[in-house]
Amino acid sequence: MQPEGDDVPGTSDDDGGTPEAPAGFVGCDETIEKLYFYLDGELTEQRRIEIARHLDLCGPCVGAYGFEDELRKLVASRCHDHVPDELRERVAAALRAESGMPAD
Amino acid sequence: MADQEQFSDLAMEYMSALYTVALRMTRNPADAEDLVQETYLKAYRAFGSFESGTNLKAWLYRILTNTYINTYRAKKRRPEIADVEDVEDLYLYHRLSGNSSASLGRSAEDEALDRFTDTDVKAAIESLPDSFRIAVLLADVEGFSYKEIAEITEVPIGTVMSRIHRGRKALQKALMDLGIARGLVGASDEPR
Repeated sequence: MQPEGDDVPGTSDDDGGTPEAPAGFVGCDETIEKLYFYLDGELTEQRRIEIARHLDLCGPCVGAYGFEDELRKLVASRCHDHVPDELRERVAAALRAESGMPAD
Repeated sequence: MADQEQFSDLAMEYMSALYTVALRMTRNPADAEDLVQETYLKAYRAFGSFESGTNLKAWLYRILTNTYINTYRAKKRRPEIADVEDVEDLYLYHRLSGNSSASLGRSAEDEALDRFTDTDVKAAIESLPDSFRIAVLLADVEGFSYKEIAEITEVPIGTVMSRIHRGRKALQKALMDLGIARGLVGASDEPR
């Protein structure tokens, strides 16, 4: 886990200081919050590198990342169905009828 | 402009992917077959308006999704998003960690995942409300980007992200409930 950056005195609320960790560093909370975006390849390159760097250093976060990645693969791989031959024939016949071409 | 004569050559290869999603949407083979056939017929008739070189698979999914929503969804009362509680981040990971003894090289929670069969995963997906189910299927089973899913389902990209993320967490809860009911995983954190 990464240490939080020290608050600089006198910069609390009034000057609109950035709510994020110092540039180049992301903590565990932000990593977990961005995990789906990271897995989906939907982060900016800069953010992607920051999260990847955190994952290199943080055992608990990389464990969570590995699990979410496995789960996504499980959903993708356990969810396929064989198209019935009869459906392929039905669709082909419907398209032939639609185009006015004679049946086989 | 696309040529109708090319339609079969270009579009038929996506039938397996479309059928898989149609089955999860309608939850029964007869309706799924009708939905796929209707999608192909509509796509064939509208093929002149399809811009060659753009994403044909996404275009077919858009027709499939709209047809499903307009025709088949009306048939049965289904759970709405409002009926689904918010599930916290890493729900399943936290519950499956320490749930079983792992063999060498694999973590306990990854091993616990292997116990879920195709039927379990399909049932868990089918238990989700339509908009979550469709978003998760398009993202995780078909691998579409957020932007593509926004175009297919015709909703803003922020809505798509929210549906995918909340849908995945709801799916984790559904899998856990199913796993407990089937005795695949323990209800407590104690090793089985």
